[in-house]
Amino acid sequence: MENQSKELKVSAIKNGTVLDHIPADQLFRVIDILKLYNCRNQITFGTNLDSKQLGKKGIIKIADRYFRDDEINKIAIIAPQAKINIIKDFEVIEKKIISVPDEITGIIRCDNPNCVTNHQPITTKFKTIRKEGHVSFLCNYCEKITDGDNITIIQNNE
Amino acid sequence: MPKSLISIHDLTKKEILHILDVAKECEKQPVQTILNGKIIASLFFEPSTRTRLSFETAANRLGAKVIGFADISNTSITKGETLKDTIKIVSNYADLIIMRHPLEGAPRYASEISSVPVINAGDGANQHPSQTLLDLYTILQTQGRLENININMVGDLKYGRTVHSLLQALSHFSPIFTFTAPEELRLPEEYKNFLDKKGITYKETSDLDGSLADADILYMTRVQQERFSDPMEYEKVKNVYSLDCQMLEKAKPNMKILHPLPRVNEINPNVDENEHAYYFQQAKNGMFVRMAIISYLLGFK
Repeated sequence: MENQSKELKVSAIKNGTVLDHIPADQLFRVIDILKLYNCRNQITFGTNLDSKQLGKKGIIKIADRYFRDDEINKIAIIAPQAKINIIKDFEVIEKKIISVPDEITGIIRCDNPNCVTNHQPITTKFKTIRKEGHVSFLCNYCEKITDGDNITIIQNNE
Repeated sequence: MPKSLISIHDLTKKEILHILDVAKECEKQPVQTILNGKIIASLFFEPSTRTRLSFETAANRLGAKVIGFADISNTSITKGETLKDTIKIVSNYADLIIMRHPLEGAPRYASEISSVPVINAGDGANQHPSQTLLDLYTILQTQGRLENININMVGDLKYGRTVHSLLQALSHFSPIFTFTAPEELRLPEEYKNFLDKKGITYKETSDLDGSLADADILYMTRVQQERFSDPMEYEKVKNVYSLDCQMLEKAKPNMKILHPLPRVNEINPNVDENEHAYYFQQAKNGMFVRMAIISYLLGFK
């Protein structure tokens, strides 16, 4: 573990979930998507940490909290290379691989300016389309496709 | 959720054929009483003449009463009422809602919150399923079949929603397509991929004169100014095709010209009296097809 050989920038947790290798600029969006602002558990996080893989990365450690796959998979939309480690007694007991869910409710905005979801208080809904390793999102309402490389995340205060 | 008609994909091949059958009955018997005592709401958040009158006539011919609005200027929407509230309230009053909305996806959303069936009468550049069904009905009526039709689609194949929906609906019936469009308005890749996946072959050309001879159906479309963000682009292509009687000399005897209307310059008025012209009958068929859609969704046919 790259963090453990050196001094830990974000202190270890005894039990819980560690979300590592989050692109630094997506850290707060991950917090948004997982609604961590409502979470009562101890949360420590760091961002703009050096990373060989990402340049700058973010990390979040949530004590005594474990996520369902359908919750945690949502972050694959913005942080596909994130690593999810489940911690028991300071040890990693499970590593989870995340993948973009087949259906997405909320989180991303439809790219079509003329889509009803961009004008009325309506929760967005998409079907994930996978083609040759590329993901895009088919809007349930306007039936237009939002490209996976070009998504806008809906902020939680909207 | 009650069954609604929002997108042509909502219908199976069997349902499409059933609605066309019912439309034929309606054509034979255009005054009925099966919807006596029913109320149909006609909500036009965007103005329309043909589609609205055709739907409202269809409802009246089935014996239903029609409520609604033809534009939003004297409704609560101007006070900021949300679409959700409008639909919730109207679905308390009416047995079925017909709606046109300038925002894409609005009818789908309405169908999720309405307690009665919703018919999409057009949502922006997205879907207009009753148009597609009336196109199919007209093809069946003029050719006696839907299978193996040779159809040449002409004009704005990039933005034209009627073209996109019709080619998807026809994909059930082994069509032979020719797509005639200028470079700027060619059919988008996603629809070509769709046809490739279904194993349907097609030709692309920009030459209308040279692509007429094999067609059973010539499906003309208007270049819609409102879809262009760049006025220069529109000027370049607006008059690219203009069908006239001379060009029709090489057409097959059974060939019919369809057009979703309104037309501008793409069909010369001298074609109107030609034996191949069929767009006015096509518009009339819309009424029978809409009668069929309404009675099907309400469970009467």
